[in-house]
Amino acid sequence: MTAPLDPRTAEPQTRFVRKDLPHDSAAKHVAGTATYIDDVVEPVGTLHIAPGWARKSVRGKILRLDLNAVKAYPGVVEVLTAESIRGTNDCSSAFGDDPVLASDEVLFYGQVIFAVVAETRDAARKAAQQAVIEVEPITPIITAEDAVAADITVLPDYQFRRGSPETGMTAAERRLSGVMHIGGQEHFYLEGQIAMAVPQEDGGMFVYSSTQHPTEIQHTVAKVLGVPDALVTAEVRRMGGGFGGKESQANQWASLAALAAQVTCKPCKMRLDRDDDMIMTGKRHDFRVEWEIGHDSAGRIRAVEINFLGRCGYSADLSLGINDRTMFHADSSYFYPDAAIRSRRLKTDTCSNTAFRGFGGPQGMLAAERMIDAIAISLGMDPLEVRKLNFYDGERNLTPYGMPVEEFETLHELIQQLEASSDYWARRDAVRAFNAENAVLKKGLALTPVKFGISFTLKHLNQAGALVHLYTDGSIHLNHGGTEMGQGLYQKVAQVVADEFGVTMDKVRITATNTSKVPNTAPTAASSGTDLNAMAARNAASEIKSRLIAFLCEQHGCGAEAIHFGDNKVLVGDKSFSLGEIAKQAHMARIQMSHAGFYATPGITWDRESATGRPFFYFAYGGACSEVTIDTMTGEMTVDRVDILHDVGHSLNPAIDLGQIEGGFVQGMGWLTTEELVWDEHGRLRTHAPSTYKIPTASDVPEDFRVKLYESRGNPAETIYRSKAVGEPPLMLANSVFCAINDAVASLKPGVVPELNAPATPEAIMSAVHKIKRAPAARHGEPETS
Amino acid sequence: MRDTVRFLKGGEVVELTDVQPTETLLDYLRLRRRETGTKEGCGEGDCGACTVALGRLMDGKVVYQPVNSCIQLLGMIDGAEVVTVEDLRQDERLHPVQQAMVELHGSQCGFCTPGFIMTMFTLYHAEGQEKSRKTVTDWLAGNLCRCTGYRPIVDAALQSCFDAADDAFAWRANETREVLRALMDSRDIYIGNGDSFFASPASIDGLAALYGQHPDATLVAGATDVGLWITKHLSDLPKTIWLGRVNGLDRVEETPTGILIGATATYAASEPAMGRISPDLAELWRRIGSKQVRASGTIGGNIANGSPIGDTPPALIALGAALELQSADDSRTLALEDFFIDYGKQDREPGEFVTGLFVPRPDDNQVFRCYKISKRFDQDISSVMGAFLFTIVDGEIAAARIAYGGMAGTPKRAFAAETGLVGAVLDDPSTWSTGMKALLGDFTPLSDMRASAEYRMETARALLAKALMEASGTDPAQIRVLNTREGSHDRAA
Ligand SMILES: Cc1cc2nc3c(=O)[nH]c(=O)nc-3n(C[C@H](O)[C@H](O)[C@H](O)COP(=O)(O)OP(=O)(O)OC[C@H]3O[C@@H](n4cnc5c(N)ncnc54)[C@H](O)[C@@H]3O)c2cc1C
Ligand code: FES
Ligand code: FES
Repeated sequence: MTAPLDPRTAEPQTRFVRKDLPHDSAAKHVAGTATYIDDVVEPVGTLHIAPGWARKSVRGKILRLDLNAVKAYPGVVEVLTAESIRGTNDCSSAFGDDPVLASDEVLFYGQVIFAVVAETRDAARKAAQQAVIEVEPITPIITAEDAVAADITVLPDYQFRRGSPETGMTAAERRLSGVMHIGGQEHFYLEGQIAMAVPQEDGGMFVYSSTQHPTEIQHTVAKVLGVPDALVTAEVRRMGGGFGGKESQANQWASLAALAAQVTCKPCKMRLDRDDDMIMTGKRHDFRVEWEIGHDSAGRIRAVEINFLGRCGYSADLSLGINDRTMFHADSSYFYPDAAIRSRRLKTDTCSNTAFRGFGGPQGMLAAERMIDAIAISLGMDPLEVRKLNFYDGERNLTPYGMPVEEFETLHELIQQLEASSDYWARRDAVRAFNAENAVLKKGLALTPVKFGISFTLKHLNQAGALVHLYTDGSIHLNHGGTEMGQGLYQKVAQVVADEFGVTMDKVRITATNTSKVPNTAPTAASSGTDLNAMAARNAASEIKSRLIAFLCEQHGCGAEAIHFGDNKVLVGDKSFSLGEIAKQAHMARIQMSHAGFYATPGITWDRESATGRPFFYFAYGGACSEVTIDTMTGEMTVDRVDILHDVGHSLNPAIDLGQIEGGFVQGMGWLTTEELVWDEHGRLRTHAPSTYKIPTASDVPEDFRVKLYESRGNPAETIYRSKAVGEPPLMLANSVFCAINDAVASLKPGVVPELNAPATPEAIMSAVHKIKRAPAARHGEPETS
Repeated sequence: MRDTVRFLKGGEVVELTDVQPTETLLDYLRLRRRETGTKEGCGEGDCGACTVALGRLMDGKVVYQPVNSCIQLLGMIDGAEVVTVEDLRQDERLHPVQQAMVELHGSQCGFCTPGFIMTMFTLYHAEGQEKSRKTVTDWLAGNLCRCTGYRPIVDAALQSCFDAADDAFAWRANETREVLRALMDSRDIYIGNGDSFFASPASIDGLAALYGQHPDATLVAGATDVGLWITKHLSDLPKTIWLGRVNGLDRVEETPTGILIGATATYAASEPAMGRISPDLAELWRRIGSKQVRASGTIGGNIANGSPIGDTPPALIALGAALELQSADDSRTLALEDFFIDYGKQDREPGEFVTGLFVPRPDDNQVFRCYKISKRFDQDISSVMGAFLFTIVDGEIAAARIAYGGMAGTPKRAFAAETGLVGAVLDDPSTWSTGMKALLGDFTPLSDMRASAEYRMETARALLAKALMEASGTDPAQIRVLNTREGSHDRAA
C-alpha cells in the first residue's frame, strides 16, 4: 500500500489543487447568507419541539409522570412519550442502548423523557417545564472510581500486549508509576443540535439534520418511525461545527423531529437550547490513567503498563472505537519494547460520551507524554532528549499493536527542524535563567510530537461514494457522502473535480450531502473526509471524462493523447471547444454523463478479535513547542509562544490546512487548560453554559504563534494528490502546552514529578504546586515515584 | 407619552406598536423580520454569534457599539440605528471587514462569523483605537469561535479595522445623525396595559412614579442579567421598565474628590473615569464580560442584582463608595457594603431604585489594588476577586479596607484582616502575618463549578499577599502573569 515517494518534480500539473482558495462558503459566511438548518425557510405550519426531562433527578425509576399541565399549556399541539413511537425506541449507532425517550427509568441527568410539540419554540420550552415527574432516586455512579468500585462497564475490557511487560518491568533499572486524571471536553459547536423533519407522501420523511453522519440519521429515523430506509431522506448542506459531537449525537434530535412530524403530520423542528445541548449530549471521554514504566538510566523505555479507565457514560455509543484509539495512541511516538495497554470502558450514570476530534487518541498520547516527562524529571534530563531517545526508528519501529511505523524519518526530520526553528535550546537556557530569578512566576517549555493513525479502525467505514453529473451547458454537479462542518471538505473535493475536468471553480456546483444521492456512507470523521470523498469524486469525474475522450476519439478519429481538458475548454488536436459544446455533442450521441464514483481505502487489515493486522493507512505527523508562564501564588497561566510544524503531505489547500492546524491546536489547548467539566456530588453537570464552561477566546491564543506546514515529500501512501488528513491530528499539538505547564511546576523542586491533572485550570496548577512544595526533595540518583 | 418603539434599520425608520415586555431583539430579527444572518449560539450573552451593532448619538456623533441581540429587549433599541450583517454589503460588494475575513480565511464553519463581522464593524467605526493585537483581542473577547483558533480573524481585524471609516455608514453619517436626533425625544414610552407592559420613562420623576405604582415591575438597565431570566429561566416578566432613556441617570462626573456614576452608566461609559483612579480598575473593567456586555451592562445593575460574584462591588466597597437610592417620595444614601444584606437580599424597598453612587478618589497616601481570578482571562466570572485599599503612614499600614467577591453570599469586607493589618510594616513581611492569618476568620467560602472552597481561601490570601508585596514596592511585572501596570511602582510614600 505504500508506493515510492513521488518526487516534487513528478508533481502533477494542477490549477486549483494546492491553491489557497477560500472556503467554498466564505463569502456567504461573512454576508450572513450561508443557510444553516435554522435559517431554512420553514414550511407554513411548522411546529417546534422542546425536550422534557427531570431537572432534579439523575438516576432511578420513574414513579410518576404527570403531563396534564404540559398538554394544557397554550400553544401545545402534542406531547410525545415513549409510547408515541411506532418503530423502535432506540437511536444508538450500534448497541441498541440509547432510548429516544426514556420509558421507565432515568439513566442520567438530562435524559429526555417526553417532548413537547407546540406552535412556537417558546411555548414548547415553557410547557416542558410544567411536567410533574417523580423519580425513585438511587445513588448514581458518577466518577471513574465509582464505576471501578462497582465493576460496571458498557463494553468488555480490551488489551494490547507485546513481549512480557512483567519481566521487562522487573529487569528495568528504574521504575516509575503514577495516576493521572484527564478531563473530558464539551464540543461547543457554535451551532447547537438541530433537525427539521418534513413529512412526505406515503409515510416518507425528509429530514434536515445538522449531522456528520446523514446515513445514520436516515437509518435511525427509519428505525424509530418503523418505515423502510428508502422512505427517509436526510440532508445537510453545512453544520455550524461538529468536532465529533454530531457523529452519533445528532440522531436523537432528528428522531424526535421525525417522530413529531409523523404523529402530527406537520413539519417539525427541534433546536436544542444551548444549556440543554450541553447537559444532554455526550462529550470527550475523561480518563483515569494508571501507569507504570520501566526504563534505564539513560532514559530509554524498557517496559510499559497502562490502564486506561475511560468514563463512557450510560451507554456504549461510539466508546468501542474511541477507547481502542486511546490504546492505539498510548505510544505517542515512542517505542515500547514490552507493553501491556489495557482499557476498561466504564459505565457511569452520566451523558453518553462520544466522538470528539482525536477520538480518544489525545488522551492516550497525553498519558505517554506524562510518562516521558516523569522519566526526564526523575533523571534530571531534558524531556526533549528523552522523547528523541525513545522515538520509533529503523529498528525499533513496531507499535504495541504490531503495525510498523514506516515513516519514522518524517517524525525525526520534522522534530529536528522544529527544534531548530523554535530555538529550543537557547530558550531552555532562558527559561532556566528566568526561573532562577523569579520566585513567584515560573516559566515552562515543552516540545512534543504528534503521530496520528489515519483510517477508521472499524474497517467497513473506510469507503466513500460520490455522484458527479455533467450537464449539457458544461456545468458540473458535485455530490458526495462527506459533510461540511467548516473543515473545507467541500472546497477541497471541488478543487479536485475542477482540475479533473480542467474547468474553473465556478463551473463546479457543490451540493448538499443527501442520502438519496449517495447512499450507505460513512460518517465524516476520523479525519478521513477528504481522503475518501475526494478519491470517490475524482473517480466519478475521471470516468465521465474517459467517456468523453472515447467519444471524441471516435468522432475526430484521433488518439486520446490529442485530447486535452483545461481552461474550461476541450482541445482536440488544434480544435478548441467549450466543455458545454462537447457535453451537448456527447449527449446527442447518447453518452452517459453522470457517474457514481466509489473508493475504498486499500491495505487495511486490522482484526480486532486477534488484535493483529494493519489498522491505519498511514500516520500524520506534527510537532509543537510551547512556552508558558505560571503564577505559583494563584495558578494563573499564560501561553507565551507556540511554534508548530505539521505534516499534511502535499497539501490540497494550504490555507485550509493551516486553518485546521491552528484551530485544532487552540481547541486542544482549551481542552487542557480552561475547559473544565464539573459534575456535582449528585451527578448533575454544573458547567452547562458558556458562562461556566470556558473555551478559549482570542486573547488566549499566544501573540507569538508560528505555524508552518512541514515541507513534505508527499504522503508515501497513495492518497489523493499525496495529501494527508488534517482534521484531528493538530489537536494533539496542544499536549505541548500541558507539558510546558508541567515543566514550570517541576522547576519548583528538581527531580520531583509534578502531579498535574488535566485540565490545568488555575486550581489544578495550584494543587500541583502545593503537592510539589510539600513533597520531599528528590534524593539524587534514586528513582522517584509520583 | 409614546406607545411605539422607533429605530433606524437599513436606512429606514421603523416604528413598532407591538412590543412584548420580554421580546428579544434576536427573536424580532430572526422570527419576525426573517433576517437570519444573525445567529443564536447560546442565548445568554456569552458567545457573540448574535452580535449586532447599535448606533447611538454620543456627544453629537454616531457611535456604534456591539450588543448581544439575544439578551437585548426589543424595546431597548428605541432611538438607535440597528445594524445587522445583512446591512453591510453595498450593491453586492462586501464591506471591508467582510472582504478581509474572506481574504484571510477567517471563517470555517461560519456560524460565529456574522457576530465577528458585526463586532469588527464597530471597531472599524471606533475612533482613536491603537492598532494592536491587544486592541483587537479585547474587542473580540465576546465572540467565541470554535473552529479557527482566532489567528486569521485577528489578522483580518488588524488589516481592515484601523483605517478611517470609508463605508456607506460613514458616507451617510450626517444623515444618520439627523435621523437619530429626530428619534430622541423626552416622551415616556408605554406599550401595553396595566397588567402587561414595556415602559421606558424619560425622567427620574416619571420612573419614580411608574415604579411606585408598579413595584412588582422588573427594572431593566442593560438586561445582561434580566435577559437571561427570559431566555434561560423562561420567566414571565409581564411588566418591564427600561431605564435606558431616563434623563440624567447615566451621568459620569469626575469631581476633585471622586466620581459620580449614574445607575445606568454602562461599564463602557464609566471605564475611562475608573481607569484614571487606578490602572487596576481599568483592567478590572476591561475584564468584565466583553465589549458587548460592557456596552449594555450598567454599574447600577451590577450592584442592584446583589450577586456575590459581581466584579465592581468589591472594588467599589474597598474604595468606600456610597450608594444613592430613590423612590417616589424619598431618597437616601448608604455605604455600599450595607446594601448587601445577605445572599439574594439587599437593602432596597419596594418601589425604590438605585440612582447612582459616589466613588471617592484615593488619597496620595493610599495604595489601591484589585485582582480578578477566573479560569479564563477574558469574559469570565470571577472565582475570587479581591480589592485592597491601604492607607500608609510612615511605611506602616494605618488603615485598610479590603473586600472580596466570591468568598461569601455577598460581596464582603474582610474586617478581621483589616484590623489585623493595622500597624503592619511594609518593609517587614513578618509583620503582615497577623492580618494574613485573620483573613481565615473572615470567610467560609463555598465550593462550586468555578472553584473549591480551599482554592478560594488560599487564593484570597495570595491576593492579599500580592497587594502587600506591591504596596511595599515589588514590581507587579514580577508577580503578575498579565501585567497591565507596566512600570508603575506606585508605592505609597
Ligand atoms: C456574558 C456575560 C458576561 C458577564 N461578565 C461579568 C463579569 O465579568 N463581571 C461581572 O461582575 N458581571 C458580569 N456579568 C453580569 C452582568 O453583566 C452584570 O451583573 C451587570 O452589571 C448587570 O447590569 P445590567 O445593567 O445589565 O442589569 P440588568 O440585567 O438590567 O438588571 C440586573 C438586576 O438589577 C436590577 N436593576 C438594574 N438597574 C437597577 C436600578 N437602577 N435600581 C434598582 N434595580 C436595578 C434589575 O431589576 C435586575 O434585578 C456578565 C453577564 C453576561 C451576560
Ligand atoms: S447567542 Fe450567544 S451571545 Fe447571543
Ligand atoms: S468558524 Fe466555526 S465557530 Fe467560528
